Amino acid sequence: MSGVGATRASPGRGVTRKAGGAPPLDVERIRRDFPILSSTVRGKPLVYLDNAATSQKPRAVIDAISRFYAAENANIHRGVHYLSERATVAYDAVREQVARFLNAGSSREIIFTRGTTEAINLVAQSYGRSVLRPGDEVLITGMEHHSNIVPWQLLCEQTGAVLRAVPITDAGELDLDAFDRLLTGRTRLLAIVHLSNALGTINPVQQLVARARARGVPVLVDGAQSAPHLAVDVQALDCDFFAFSGHKLFGPTGIGVLYGRESLLERMPPWQGGGDMIASVTLEGSTWAPLPAKFEAGTPAIAQAIGLGQAISYLEAVGMDAIRIWESQLLAHATERVRDLPGVRLIGTARDKASVLSFVVDGVHPHDVGTILDDEGVAIRAGHHCAQPVMQRFGVPATARASFAFYNSFEEIEALVRGIERARQVFG
Amino acid sequence: MAGLSELYQNVILEHNRSPRNYRVLENANREAEGNNPLCGDQLTVWLRMEDDVIQEATFQGSGCAISKASASLMTGAVKGKSRRQAEELFDRFHRLVTGRLEPSEPETLGKLAVFSGVSAFPIRVKCASLSWHALKAALDQPGKIVSTEQP
Repeated sequence: MSGVGATRASPGRGVTRKAGGAPPLDVERIRRDFPILSSTVRGKPLVYLDNAATSQKPRAVIDAISRFYAAENANIHRGVHYLSERATVAYDAVREQVARFLNAGSSREIIFTRGTTEAINLVAQSYGRSVLRPGDEVLITGMEHHSNIVPWQLLCEQTGAVLRAVPITDAGELDLDAFDRLLTGRTRLLAIVHLSNALGTINPVQQLVARARARGVPVLVDGAQSAPHLAVDVQALDCDFFAFSGHKLFGPTGIGVLYGRESLLERMPPWQGGGDMIASVTLEGSTWAPLPAKFEAGTPAIAQAIGLGQAISYLEAVGMDAIRIWESQLLAHATERVRDLPGVRLIGTARDKASVLSFVVDGVHPHDVGTILDDEGVAIRAGHHCAQPVMQRFGVPATARASFAFYNSFEEIEALVRGIERARQVFG
Repeated sequence: MAGLSELYQNVILEHNRSPRNYRVLENANREAEGNNPLCGDQLTVWLRMEDDVIQEATFQGSGCAISKASASLMTGAVKGKSRRQAEELFDRFHRLVTGRLEPSEPETLGKLAVFSGVSAFPIRVKCASLSWHALKAALDQPGKIVSTEQP
């Protein structure tokens, strides 16, 4: 066991209760672990369906952060005193825990970052900048979040490389024939989203990685949405980089992870310079610390890392398989209910989907849908979801998006449906 | 509930359904685009100015009911106004939607007073003022693109 704190709320005892159509986990019990889920907004019980933007935090995570600041706070890797030693051990233990969570070969392959965005920028600026030459190509897809588009655009401007994107079909799946055409001898890096935040599509990452690696092209997987919902095994995926954020995984903001294949990380130059990432410094020059410290300049987000460790412990106790089963049931039910509403069109109807239901309502702008749902206590996201190319592809300025987590219930889906019906009445 | 019905007043719903002055203005001599990058709302405002007076104002674009109705009512409200008068109206309108209007002032806004409910929804202030920012840009500097996220 790793992580700090000997005591931990044991989430959803009996979570594996699954017999004859019963939910694979105890949703009522789990909901009690998340303090915010029993709150009200605008006089109505909160129905939180904006999990793709950020997730809520179990008490175990909140308590761990509070306990760290109340009783354990110290800087890491530099103090000889008791608290510093404890904080260092706790921080390093989370790295081991993340390595197991992703099934990385070694904790040296786990770099803490501020989040997915910073992890992708790290790869672009360290790996990309040292490798790319004019005329080289970076391949992404048409369903990327802006955080997996803009860092590559910046990199291409800096290096003279060219950015290409795999188009998507009307259902919101990757066009795999186009993928094969676009993966060429000029491709130097493939960066793909695992689970689309705007469409809910799960991409066949393992298959795409195999095709890329057969051509010697390294692959970065944006796992911001997948890590909270799918069991991730970076060795099975065989990807070279995998990035995710703590706050979407029921942990705190300000902490994220970059997994990198050790042989690549070893070759990559540091990205940010500062304390903790050096072996020695003179005024004439410096040498770098070994992995993973080489990529962690400055005092890291210590309390947040410890909170992330608690979040992972919590998720593992619930069980990623049980989570996957329950969320599939939620999404299937929500899809059926919302699809059948008059005047509603789903955006993103891939065969393999998870946790995201994007839709538009005839004659009602997504913002107005969002405001009316909010009045019912239902929190969704309305807008372009930082994926404007996806909106352009489907010819809509924005969508309304409900996104689920394992603490959501069928009753909450009914609240969503009532809210959409009310929106149609108001604008009818 | 009260908040919502004040936000979506019938006049606003009606202007959202059938926006006035919703067309490209062929003989426009001023034009500006307004963007809200946070939500993707986008609209263009066209003006025909003569001797510092707005003879005609039109708009087109995509956005929520609040931004569309606001643009629709704005294009009617500024017609015949001088640049200075239009800017003063924007100032009063902005104070209305941000809840900073003096109690004596609302009648000076005419039909625009239907946007008073916006002040209870701070996140929607940008929707209500997008077309006005574009109008101001067109008055200041023709052909400019403005963003709600510019300082």
